[in-house]
Amino acid sequence: MKFLKNIRILLAVLFFLPIFLFFIDFTGKLPLEIHKLMSIQLIPALLSFNLIVLGILLVLSLLFGRIYCSTICPLGVLQDVLTWKSRFFRKKKKKIRYNYTAPKNILRYSILAVTIVVFIFGSSFLVILLDPYSTFGRIVSQLFRPLAIWGNNALAFIFSAMGNYTFYKVEQVSFVPMAFGISILFFLLITQMSWFKGRSYCNTICPVGTSLGLLSKFSIFHISIEESTCTRCGACEKQCKSQCIDSETMKVDDTRCVSCFNCLSACKKGGISYDFRYKKKQVQPIEEKVSNSRRTFLLSTGAALVSVALSGTNKIIGKDDPILSRKPVMPPGATGIEHFNQHCTGCQLCVSKCPMQVLKPAAFQYGITGIMQPHLSFSTHIFCTFDCNICTSVCPTGALQPLAIDEKKLTQLGIAQFRKEKCVVFAKEEDCGACSEHCPTQAVHMINYKNGLTIPEVIKDLCIGCGACESICPVRPYPAIYVEGSIKQGKAIKPSESKKFIKKIDDFGF
Amino acid sequence: MKRRDFFKSAAVVGIASFFKTNALGSVLTGEPVAVHSQPDLVAVMGGEPAVMLARALKELGGIGHFVKKGQKVVIKPNIGWDRTPELGANTNPELVGALVKMCKGAGASQVIVFDHTCHDWKKSYTNSGIERAVLAAGGKMVPANDESYYAEVDFPRGVNLKKAKVHKALLECDVWFNVPVLKHHGGAKNTISMKNLMGIVWDRSFFHSHDLHQCIADAATFHKKPALNIVDAYRIMKTNGPQGKSASDVVKLKSLLVSPDYVAVDAASMKLFSQVVPTDMKDVRYIALAEKNRVGTQNLEKLNVKRIKL
Repeated sequence: MKFLKNIRILLAVLFFLPIFLFFIDFTGKLPLEIHKLMSIQLIPALLSFNLIVLGILLVLSLLFGRIYCSTICPLGVLQDVLTWKSRFFRKKKKKIRYNYTAPKNILRYSILAVTIVVFIFGSSFLVILLDPYSTFGRIVSQLFRPLAIWGNNALAFIFSAMGNYTFYKVEQVSFVPMAFGISILFFLLITQMSWFKGRSYCNTICPVGTSLGLLSKFSIFHISIEESTCTRCGACEKQCKSQCIDSETMKVDDTRCVSCFNCLSACKKGGISYDFRYKKKQVQPIEEKVSNSRRTFLLSTGAALVSVALSGTNKIIGKDDPILSRKPVMPPGATGIEHFNQHCTGCQLCVSKCPMQVLKPAAFQYGITGIMQPHLSFSTHIFCTFDCNICTSVCPTGALQPLAIDEKKLTQLGIAQFRKEKCVVFAKEEDCGACSEHCPTQAVHMINYKNGLTIPEVIKDLCIGCGACESICPVRPYPAIYVEGSIKQGKAIKPSESKKFIKKIDDFGF
Repeated sequence: MKRRDFFKSAAVVGIASFFKTNALGSVLTGEPVAVHSQPDLVAVMGGEPAVMLARALKELGGIGHFVKKGQKVVIKPNIGWDRTPELGANTNPELVGALVKMCKGAGASQVIVFDHTCHDWKKSYTNSGIERAVLAAGGKMVPANDESYYAEVDFPRGVNLKKAKVHKALLECDVWFNVPVLKHHGGAKNTISMKNLMGIVWDRSFFHSHDLHQCIADAATFHKKPALNIVDAYRIMKTNGPQGKSASDVVKLKSLLVSPDYVAVDAASMKLFSQVVPTDMKDVRYIALAEKNRVGTQNLEKLNVKRIKL
């Protein structure tokens, strides 16, 4: 049955590599279809209420145990990669060996319960923080992607100095301390845990791992030790990165087994196998978990209350310029702030795929519970491209509803606010018009002012809040025109076409 | 050399450079000159872009007059927007392709094309059709999306614009062509050859915050003049420029205006444009300001203008 491990590794690579590269790809060359691999992740499927995916994952887990954790989950596979890499740093004699450890039931069930309760109370704070797929997305987009871009830019520098422009310079991922901090924290945590303790992150912290563990207890296939052939040599236990095989008592803790099949390859005696759970009559040992319920209840209620209290706190107000306290501008397809905040897990997929890099992980723009959810951050030359709907088509959680390109062109992310007293035309009495020049719908257009000068005017019904005007306004640091985000994304009216010119011109005019 | 002779020749050189007449300069440097009156401005109407270009260049002495064997050539079209050719927001790709082909035919060692775009540069290069046309003709597209591609240049004759970072490809080339498209423009009223220079500099916001028209006129004092300004008026954008909203902003004039003189070609283009949308040339202030900067003349009567209808 050693082939099972190889199949597991092959599947893991097939799922992991495209996801990993898709997050890194800053050239937009990889096909967008890869985003479908994100839609089969458990939490995104749950949030987008994708019954087909949920059904398949349920059936898979009930059949084979936690193979999700071993193949589909990119954070799980990343840990396997780290564990595998760690071998190169160990002395041969100190080759990694695991020992059985007791499950940390209080901790893992508490985390799961608290996450669920807090979510039901209306805050996705813990889901954002703990969803393994989103954690992976943040680690790659905040830590690996910048490295890839640095590498590319170094090559671009060398090559363009020689007149070769195969590589071109790419704008570095903008540094958002909050998102970077959380990403590096989780990266260090999972590196440390996987380095020394295999899959202990998945079995103590990850709420997805814990809930799949509850299912895999009943899976049709599972790992079991053949009492007749087992010599209690402990070879399987030493290879078990979930630390769930107890060779002394010949028991395997199914709730923590991630179906990696390393144990099968380790056993030379055929003492451990992957087969039917229900073939022999055997009563499932009832685990002590009832005793947790009271503590779990207390913990979760406490956490829920704290989270509810925190979710209400808005960011500090009272700054000089109204632009500093503006409402955040949500990506297209977010529909409304409640839907968006509830469904987005801050996986950074849209942020990574945004060709303009106008999407950035939020700090406190959405309050403390919306940390790392994307918002539009306009700066010179950086605004939402009119002819683009990539973010709405890649979102795996349904936080961003898919928008056809024509719908997206009419979706109001916000409304431009023009401040005449700051405008160059008013303040200096000089022509400018950069805002109107960049406005794709001509919601910002120029009207006659005085002495042949023209000054911008905003037609709110035409404005879609793309921020092109704000991005190019020469008035800095607080531009004379800026986008105030819409709490509920409305629909702009379609810009009217100008009158066609039909007269025939057949003279130069000079 | 006697002191008197020195002053004499110095005066001649001074006068020559003041009037900027190529003929005088060429006499001093000993280059052969076609003495019979070469047109200062050629306007062609009624053909396809490549045909009109070939005809205009024929009038001006052929491409070989401007591009010598082994030279590095830069072509600067307007590729500012992520728009298809039919929408008239960018220079016609056929025109750019044809020019690249001619330069290669004249023996140019390489022909580089770039623009500092307003929209995402990759999408603009692709969807304008220019990248495809340039590559097919044997030219090279170069990025302009990062400050590292630019180097600082002094504009000693500029009034507001004294310094700007200009794309290195342009600084390093032997000869360059300015190939704008004629459009309405919300900020500068109209965009033609001088406004197109905003795509060779890195920091455009300086222009917008220091009197846009004056800065455009100052940009035209850039020490390296284009061999020719080739204004694409095959499709012009009459309203909602510079991006345009739809095809109804576009009028097909099937015209091409060519001149080494920025001011003359912009003034002539404005007259052509005014037949579609009457515009007071005084409102396009940079034209008069550039004349004041002595980079050309808007007095077309003084010039040898060749008008050709195909």
